[in-house]
Amino acid sequence: MTNDILIFVEQRDDRVHPGALQCVTPGKSLAEKAGGKVVACIVGDNIDGATSAVEQTGVDRIITVSDPALKMYSALRYRTALAAVMEKVEPRVVLMAATFMGRDLSPRVAMRTKAALATDVIELDLTGDGELDIVRPLYNGKATCHVKFPKDRPAIATIRANTFPTPTGGSGAAREDLPYTTLDGDDRINVLEIAKTGGDVKDVTEADIIVSGGRAMKNEDNFKLIFELAKELDAAVGASRAACDAGYQPHSRQVGLTGKTVTPKLYIACGISGAIQHMAGMRGSKIIVAINTDTEAPIFNIADYGIVDDLFKVVPILTEEVLRLKG
Amino acid sequence: MKILVVIKQVPDSTTNIKIRPDGEDIERSGIKMVVDPFDEFAIEQAVQLKEKRSDVESVTALIMGPARCSEALRTILAVGADDAIHLQDEAFEKLDELQVAATLGAVIKDGGYELVFRGKQEIDLDSGQLGPALAEALDWPHVGAATKFEPAEDGKSFTANRRIEGADERVEVRLPALVTCEKGLCEMRYPSLPNLMKAKRKPVKAMTAADVPGFAEITAGVGGSEMHQFAPPPQRPPGRILKGEAEETAKELVKLLREEAKAI
Ligand SMILES: Cc1cc2nc3c(=O)[nH]c(=O)nc-3n(C[C@H](O)[C@H](O)[C@H](O)COP(=O)(O)OP(=O)(O)OC[C@H]3O[C@@H](n4cnc5c(N)ncnc54)[C@H](O)[C@@H]3O)c2cc1C
Repeated sequence: MTNDILIFVEQRDDRVHPGALQCVTPGKSLAEKAGGKVVACIVGDNIDGATSAVEQTGVDRIITVSDPALKMYSALRYRTALAAVMEKVEPRVVLMAATFMGRDLSPRVAMRTKAALATDVIELDLTGDGELDIVRPLYNGKATCHVKFPKDRPAIATIRANTFPTPTGGSGAAREDLPYTTLDGDDRINVLEIAKTGGDVKDVTEADIIVSGGRAMKNEDNFKLIFELAKELDAAVGASRAACDAGYQPHSRQVGLTGKTVTPKLYIACGISGAIQHMAGMRGSKIIVAINTDTEAPIFNIADYGIVDDLFKVVPILTEEVLRLKG
Repeated sequence: MKILVVIKQVPDSTTNIKIRPDGEDIERSGIKMVVDPFDEFAIEQAVQLKEKRSDVESVTALIMGPARCSEALRTILAVGADDAIHLQDEAFEKLDELQVAATLGAVIKDGGYELVFRGKQEIDLDSGQLGPALAEALDWPHVGAATKFEPAEDGKSFTANRRIEGADERVEVRLPALVTCEKGLCEMRYPSLPNLMKAKRKPVKAMTAADVPGFAEITAGVGGSEMHQFAPPPQRPPGRILKGEAEETAKELVKLLREEAKAI
């Protein structure tokens, strides 16, 4: 095992996931502590754009595994590719973004490479003995714990979006291609279709800002108010389960325990009470705003800014103000 | 076709979580334990398949955990599993999730199962490691977080949908395979009282670490992470309630978000 830190850089259609670039920041500090290098690995097909995006973050070395069979994500093919890169680099630590892909891929790769794994990490450090020590939330965000990794095997961590900034200003990484060598049975999963959902509105897992509506929206039509504010903020639209179950919004927009977990820079909750299962999905947001008529609504306990008022009055004014600000 | 459903018993999502004074775990006493909400989708999907298809021989539930798990098993059996396996041993309590996956893999491997269902995530550890790791332990393909599942006529493959960032992905997968279940796949039926009574008589096979082939070696071969220093979630700084008419508060909020929070 070397002291290198390997970063699996997630891309789709040659677009790097922002969470993947954010991994370079902790990658650099771990590499400095361990006395190793930051190595990025990109798996896909036609990945020149992704490769130069990674180079700009200032990694030391980039390994690409490019093959038409890797054009779309497959848990089997990607685990084969990443395991091969790990075998070559022998990293002490592997970092990747805690996305759908990261969650799907990391356990398989950890199992295959006899590594240890922690997911959804929010802090990480190397101890004096060279063991990775991380902090992660659990019990739907109602607690955190440290995870200590054994030092004799690689440590894999998936990192929560927006936990770290994206480094910039790098160039001149050493580049290298590694062929994709198919394993028997890698073709047992085949992607038939990827259909975009949500029209031209961003997905809650991709946006820096989310405007969410709850049961108080009363119907689908009223969600127009939420969409208008979201549009001005270049934000995604989210919803509580009560709003989704009532059919005001599709479940793909549901935030919470049985919906999506989000950690945007700004989360605006409109007419959402803040049930424990809703908070499970959004309490990691940087700034939380609550607009609710009930002073006692639990959402105010975790809100940075609160307005106790009718959302139907407040939200349109917010939209106007943002519009005015943008000039 | 034999189907297996892997279940976990977890604290109810509304439970207050308190940290033990030594910080090495949460307080376990007085906590209401339930079937993981995502595993509810898993059992329902399995039972629906059995009801619809004549080629499904049986649905077996598998759970690892202490004696109290028999309550969760009873629910699952009442919903429609035919029998169950209960893995219970102190040696299991120290395993991390990859080691649990390795253990379950060894138990399942020669059972003749062709399809394994599991929730996409355990709401206690919140990690979702087990499903994909178990698939890898078995060297099977898997579909993570499926919202739709359709077996092929010939029972040799299936198609499934999964939600990814801003898109819906449809995949085709060859059996044997593992599927982790996401909200939207189905909702678990309510276990009726008569079925709960009947569930008592369904066979539950007890297994310990000694019954797991190669237990010591397979668990020594992977993982080994340890959880320590449990703590309540990081305190958020106290919030500020903006006072006044909507006109004023909305304006002030936009100003604060821009100038103080630098969020817009
Ligand atoms: C296993 C399980 C999983 C769950 N998973 C999720 C999940 O993933 N996501 C989720 O969101 N929930 C989830 N829930 C449901 C959760 O418990 C709540 O029922 C739900 O979050 C409530 O949604 P809400 O806040 O929109 O509705 P309510 O709790 O009814 O709150 C509506 C709020 O709107 C306020 N209001 C009313 N009118 C106005 C107005 N004109 N202006 C401003 N405010 C107004 C009210 O004061 C109230 O606070 C789950 C529950 C269980 C048991």
